[in-house]
Amino acid sequence: MSPSPSMARPADGPGARRSRAGTLHAWLPKLVLAPSVAISLFFVYGFMLWTFILSLTNSRMLPSYEFVGFAQYARLMTNDRWWVASSNLVVFGGLFVAICLVLGLLLAILLDQRIRQEGALRTVYLYPMALSFIVTGVVWKWLLNPGLGIQAMVRGWGFEEFRFDWLVDPDMAVYTLVIAAVWQASGFVMALFLAGLRGIDDSILKAAQLDGASLPRVYWRVVIPCLRPVVFSAVMILSHIAIKSFDLVVALTGGGPGYATDLPATFMYTHAFTRAQVGLGSASAMLMLGGVLAILIPYLYSELRSRRHG
Amino acid sequence: MLGELDEVAEAEGWDELLPPTVADVMRYDGSYVAVPVNVHRVNWLWANPEVLDEAGVEMPTTLDELFEAGEAIREAGYIPLAHGGQAWQDATVFESVLLATGGTEFYQQALVDLDEAALGGETMVEALETFKRLRELMDDDMSGRDWNIATSMVIEGDAGMQLMGDWAKGEFTAAGLTAGEDYLCAAAPGTQDAFTFNIDSLAMFRVEGEEREAQQALARLALEPTFQEAFNLAKGSIPARPDLDMSEFDPCARQSLEDFQHTADAGGLVPSMAHGMAVRADVQGALFDVVTNYFNSRDMAAEEAAERMVNAAQAAL
Repeated sequence: MSPSPSMARPADGPGARRSRAGTLHAWLPKLVLAPSVAISLFFVYGFMLWTFILSLTNSRMLPSYEFVGFAQYARLMTNDRWWVASSNLVVFGGLFVAICLVLGLLLAILLDQRIRQEGALRTVYLYPMALSFIVTGVVWKWLLNPGLGIQAMVRGWGFEEFRFDWLVDPDMAVYTLVIAAVWQASGFVMALFLAGLRGIDDSILKAAQLDGASLPRVYWRVVIPCLRPVVFSAVMILSHIAIKSFDLVVALTGGGPGYATDLPATFMYTHAFTRAQVGLGSASAMLMLGGVLAILIPYLYSELRSRRHG
Repeated sequence: MLGELDEVAEAEGWDELLPPTVADVMRYDGSYVAVPVNVHRVNWLWANPEVLDEAGVEMPTTLDELFEAGEAIREAGYIPLAHGGQAWQDATVFESVLLATGGTEFYQQALVDLDEAALGGETMVEALETFKRLRELMDDDMSGRDWNIATSMVIEGDAGMQLMGDWAKGEFTAAGLTAGEDYLCAAAPGTQDAFTFNIDSLAMFRVEGEEREAQQALARLALEPTFQEAFNLAKGSIPARPDLDMSEFDPCARQSLEDFQHTADAGGLVPSMAHGMAVRADVQGALFDVVTNYFNSRDMAAEEAAERMVNAAQAAL
């Protein structure tokens, strides 16, 4: 897609050099933004629309335009594996967001006690965020492998009965995803909360202390309520990471054992790209989009509303 | 969309050159659209002779012997069967077990023709149960392991055997081992008279003019002995045409070719389901789901898995 020609053409004509410069000045931001707007319109929204259209067709390996209504969605609803993937997302997403919030807040509060070397510690906790999920996945795959990682190590210390084999246990494997993802993201949540804590006016805290509130009580009744906007942003960011999780699953469990740790994103990829079921894959992608929108729309709504009020 | 290669096929006599089963795979609506470059055999058993010696067992030739040998290997302190818990590897082992349990005719009915009676029948249940029993011969850490890591367990002498296609030979060769001495190969137990094939081929698109001439030349050259020999020596597979001189190849490849010709005549040559030769990709995927889910589940009964197979085949129609 190229920007529309009428936009790109400079205003021609003799004379009026000044007003031409003025026009250019007025148009320049729009002109510069036009290509990226056009590109995102086409590649993001255009492809979303295309995916939706494909989800209504019987496309197999290549797109076809034989419409079958919502049959692909109906097939999805009867697919065992889709339900495994969806319920995994609820378990994984819920635990991941909740644990990250709690751990992140705890770390931030502890770091906020004016300790020495705070900068160094902050970097230590934030560093996992600099890794890609693939690296995290591979490292945890080794750590959690019963014959190689933590279990083997503890057994090596003499605790022969020690068991930590969640990675190879179909019922528990989804929790290994939570462990790895929390390890990666809780430092980031900590940074968000730390910024929030630093933004709280000291005089509020002093007033609370003067009133005789104990430290835990100050945190519970004063500080945490002040952090509400941060919690909100953190939940937004974490939940979309959870819905989009793909690389972590691929690297850590490969979706296994069996397909016990499949998530909607890996389900979509498997069906659309390796099993020649573009129609079914598109339908699952649309449901994922629905999930993202269900989180995003209330967020945008409240953001816009509060801005109007503020 | 695919271009036909019938002229080359006729000029070169592909119909006589290629075994009928192979030729069928290369044709669409009666016309050749692809040229085969090799034939992989999927139903192989690989073993480390030192481990077998220490356990005092021979290469197993039936499923019962496999379980007996496995027990002995475990008692000698090794992992009997190296395996990687990935859907396609589960399916690769499963189709060999199914072949050993039900024979080629049953295999053809169940995994190629997707016959419901076969998919949901007693033989299938028996095959599934035997398949699940193989888990006892594997180690606990297999989940998600790549096949070549499993092969290296056999090479290193940590594990005794592995059920895997002949691409595993590439790993043994790369480790500097010699077939028949440092590692052993045999048809997967109970499948001596069968050959599950996985053919790599070059499919040709429809083009015109000069490009078409070049395309036809490529198709011709790909089946020439020079190419077939050089390519397959490197890849571990055997040539797609059975009439070549095999003196350069190792004993495993020679046995593979012998079995290939023998089964092509006797009717034991069947396409591999696990490697996309037998059924459409979506059916294959649905069958993978059932096989791997059953293999990894603690409480799914074989009957239920068989029923799910029938559903998988139906849903894909």
